[in-house]
Amino acid sequence: MTKAKTANDSASKPPYRVVIGLEVHVQLRTKSKLFCGCSTEFGAPANTQTCPVCLGLPGALPVLNSQAIELAMTAALALNCNIPELTKWDRKNYFYPDLPKGYQISQFDLPISEHGYLAISDSKDRFQPKRVGITRAHLEEDAGKSMHDESHGSSDTCIDLNRTGTPLLEIVSEPDMSSSAEAKAYLTELRLLLTYLDVSDCNMQEGSLRVDANVNLHIDQDGRTIATPIVEVKNMNSFRAVERALDYEVERQYAAWQRDGLELGQTPKVTRGWDDGKQETYEQRSKEESSDYRYFPDPDLIPLTISRSEVERVQAAIGERPAELRERLEKTYEIPAYDADVIVNQGRPVVNYFEAVAQDSGDGKRSSNWIQQDVLRTLNEHQLTIEQFPISSQNLAALIKEIQAGKLDSTRAKDVFQVMFDDKLELKAAKDKLGIVAVDANELDELCESLLDANPAVIADVKAGKQQAVGALIGQAKQKNPNVNPGLVRSRLLELIAKRD
Amino acid sequence: MDLDIETVKKVAQLAKLKISDTEAEQFRVQLTAVLDHINHLERLDTESVEPLANVGDLTNALRSDSVTPSLAREAALQNAPKQDGDHLLVPPVFASEQK
Amino acid sequence: MTATEMLAAMEAGTTTSETLVRGCLERIEKLDSDIGAFLSVREDAALSAAREIDQRRSDGKPIVALAGVPIAIKDLICIQDEITSCGSKMLANYRPPFNATVIEKLIAADAVLIGRTNMDEFAMGSSTENSALKLTRNPWDVSKAPGGSSGGSAACVAADMVPISLGTDTGGSIRQPASFCGISGLKPTYGRVSRFGLVAFASSLDQIGPFAKTAEDLSLVLDVIAGHDARDSTSSPQAGIKSKDLLGKSPQGLRIGRIKECLDGGVQSAVSQAIESACQEFAKQGAEIVDVSLPHLEYGVSTYYVVATCEASGNLARYDGAHFGHRSNDATTLAELYETSRSEGFGAEVKRRIMLGTYALSAGYYDAYYNKALKVRRLIRDDYRNAFQKVDCLIGPTSPTTAFALGERTSDPLAMYLSDVYTVLANLAGIPAISIPCGFDENNLPIGLQLQGPAYADAELLQTAALYQGVTDWHVRRPA
Repeated sequence: MTKAKTANDSASKPPYRVVIGLEVHVQLRTKSKLFCGCSTEFGAPANTQTCPVCLGLPGALPVLNSQAIELAMTAALALNCNIPELTKWDRKNYFYPDLPKGYQISQFDLPISEHGYLAISDSKDRFQPKRVGITRAHLEEDAGKSMHDESHGSSDTCIDLNRTGTPLLEIVSEPDMSSSAEAKAYLTELRLLLTYLDVSDCNMQEGSLRVDANVNLHIDQDGRTIATPIVEVKNMNSFRAVERALDYEVERQYAAWQRDGLELGQTPKVTRGWDDGKQETYEQRSKEESSDYRYFPDPDLIPLTISRSEVERVQAAIGERPAELRERLEKTYEIPAYDADVIVNQGRPVVNYFEAVAQDSGDGKRSSNWIQQDVLRTLNEHQLTIEQFPISSQNLAALIKEIQAGKLDSTRAKDVFQVMFDDKLELKAAKDKLGIVAVDANELDELCESLLDANPAVIADVKAGKQQAVGALIGQAKQKNPNVNPGLVRSRLLELIAKRD
Repeated sequence: MDLDIETVKKVAQLAKLKISDTEAEQFRVQLTAVLDHINHLERLDTESVEPLANVGDLTNALRSDSVTPSLAREAALQNAPKQDGDHLLVPPVFASEQK
Repeated sequence: MTATEMLAAMEAGTTTSETLVRGCLERIEKLDSDIGAFLSVREDAALSAAREIDQRRSDGKPIVALAGVPIAIKDLICIQDEITSCGSKMLANYRPPFNATVIEKLIAADAVLIGRTNMDEFAMGSSTENSALKLTRNPWDVSKAPGGSSGGSAACVAADMVPISLGTDTGGSIRQPASFCGISGLKPTYGRVSRFGLVAFASSLDQIGPFAKTAEDLSLVLDVIAGHDARDSTSSPQAGIKSKDLLGKSPQGLRIGRIKECLDGGVQSAVSQAIESACQEFAKQGAEIVDVSLPHLEYGVSTYYVVATCEASGNLARYDGAHFGHRSNDATTLAELYETSRSEGFGAEVKRRIMLGTYALSAGYYDAYYNKALKVRRLIRDDYRNAFQKVDCLIGPTSPTTAFALGERTSDPLAMYLSDVYTVLANLAGIPAISIPCGFDENNLPIGLQLQGPAYADAELLQTAALYQGVTDWHVRRPA
């Protein structure tokens, strides 16, 4: 296998290195909010999931949700983080209409976890496998939503506080990524990990996963390395947008540096938003007091101690992580790393389906091929999930066994697959519908003999060394009996020709 | 210590308090007097003292993850200075930032 | 009549709750235009509650702890759908959609909520003069301040409008007005009484407590309102002794520490003499009086004003004109809305404290102020722990002076803050403290004696106070 080039290795290697760190907020899959019993269900009518606590009403007090701790610990341990014995809650003070208390309860100097990593790699080898450091992952409460809509004749902003207080885990990476492809791989792997662990549903459309990126360049010039000002990029609503925004920003920063020569520390930190329509970033007005959040310990809450036995319990309960799963699938079912990657990246239900098919059929590679090509394509075309897919794992395994046994050729097998899907039929019923019956050896011999009798020229050609001449007869055989296996026809024809004088 | 008037105004800005120049000067004088008094804390050597934020020495107050009834929307919005039955209403966020 | 006497009279059938409530309403009607203790009176609600309780009593149904006893509530404890103003223009029309835990407990105990009492705005003050809504006067001398911040709750008990009331104490806001008004007031151990539904001033210091004329009545109320509350993370799961179980029993081998630092200058001479006499009285009752030191006492006020204002700057950020409370009409943008609503809604003292707290937490000052104060807070708590190795409780004045004149200290915030010197320490240390009357000065103004005990020794403290009240009569004297 040849090593593919990374972006920076290409012919016109740019004179800089890209430095990217990501801040990812994920909503944890709790039933109730972080500090009160209101539901976290997405999509309820505005302001119907609030109470005095999440409304920040005077006198209301927060009480911590134990499941949020459980999920945060699960995520943190899966990200190889340390969980300290003591963690606490701090207030981050700022005014915003979606923040009714005037402060967000977050974690400042004693987060629930820190110092971890997430391993990323690329199955197409576009970059070298690496570990991206996790600086910290801390818990905090989400804010509400502000909507500005002038269409209903009012210039007011509408505030919906349903989301206020939903538990968020903020996962801060080290600036360890050096290309947008690595950033995307990190995000993809992180999302996969958190969904495998059922920590979050990581749905970007519903806002349960949000990404901010910090990016700058290290430029080598005259024997020294110059760092350009770090830019925080926001408003990216898909991983694709993250990739494009980072690519855009890298080019913009290099051009800006060539123009103004400004280095890190010479300007205040800038925030830029990503405009998906225009495919460019734009400078956002910095909040005047954004640099002074006046963090201090929240006196309404008390610290949380986490015993080592708790940590061990949560650690033990963590299931197989995607990276481990890929390795196991590769080994157990003897499939290539690429296949394992594709299957694992589909999520746990597809993996379960694959394992069932591979075990039943005893043919991992064929199972992998069928799932990657036919099953995933069909799911995609029909916008289905694997749970909604009508062909059971047993039926797909049975189909693969027939192919293995030579009872079905791949073209016929695909017809059968299609009928099993379209008509929601079991394997046998689908075959019956297609009129597929087994062709026994006598039948096959009779057919071959009759074709040879009718085509002496083919016999002569083969005898003259042109074996491919039998190809013409295979087509005729299929016409006479669509159930015959072309491979078997071919080999039988050659055997029978050899017997003739 | 001497608080300057700029600092007083900056703090008022952080606290979202609109203060006149007269008030700013009054705060400067009063807060300077209070801070002068408070600064005697510097006399104490607290190098090896742990800060005490939770006087009750309690840890781990947790609730189970169960959903409890939310307020009816009417009750949730009953104290809103302005609302439309569904939402709280506030002047536009962005206009203020463009000021 | 005390609450205990009222309960006995209702039990004996010599009076009814309705009669008692009517009596209270008549006193309020007659006196409160001069005193100004109440912001609102729940005349109809109180009478109908009283009648219902009377009916239950006459039906022979089970009777609970405060059945039919009238009580007044400081206006920063939430009562569902009733205006809870906190003495502020900001919340002049604010109606919480829920009851505070203590209100639920009082209702469950069949107490009759008579009305809401005046206070310094958001409990920030020591004279009740910072109320944006009303001026409250001291029943002993209407030219004097009733103390604060729970001035209304103290004045209404002192003027016999109600037998008991609830106040809150963040740095002395129960004990100092109790002292100024010649009644008894208890700040319980931090965490004994749920803060759920108490509008926060400084969360790590705030505690709800009762006012009454006797330690016995304080004990009656404490036993109703104390207890763990799952809705308040800082509420202690440690169950204290029911204080009424200790009352009437004489404490054995009582050792009382006289705080040396309170004997120094700066205390009005009538006050130090009264404390000295009280020590002698305790000694006569068999207590051993020893001198103990609280070496960091002089740092209490500074520590307190840093911790309290930092917490307050956060707690009061929610009053922004956007979500509830006062909204300015003079704002078109959001930034203006915040600034004008807060500037119009808050009074000078509240702004001053928000400014101080904001400054102390701002970039570059956190370590010098907030963190430093938290460290000194530990030193102060350690002082108490050391002292309570040697003695059961500490004795000293509640306030360096008797009630000062209205207007006397409003222009000098620091002087006002310094008058909290003896009360702030108990809040910083989280320990229980009580103020009881122990004499009068030359102007016939009451003097308060403060007893402080170790955390969770609320019952023992009340027992000690009851011992004193059993042999003295300062607490039964009433203003003319």
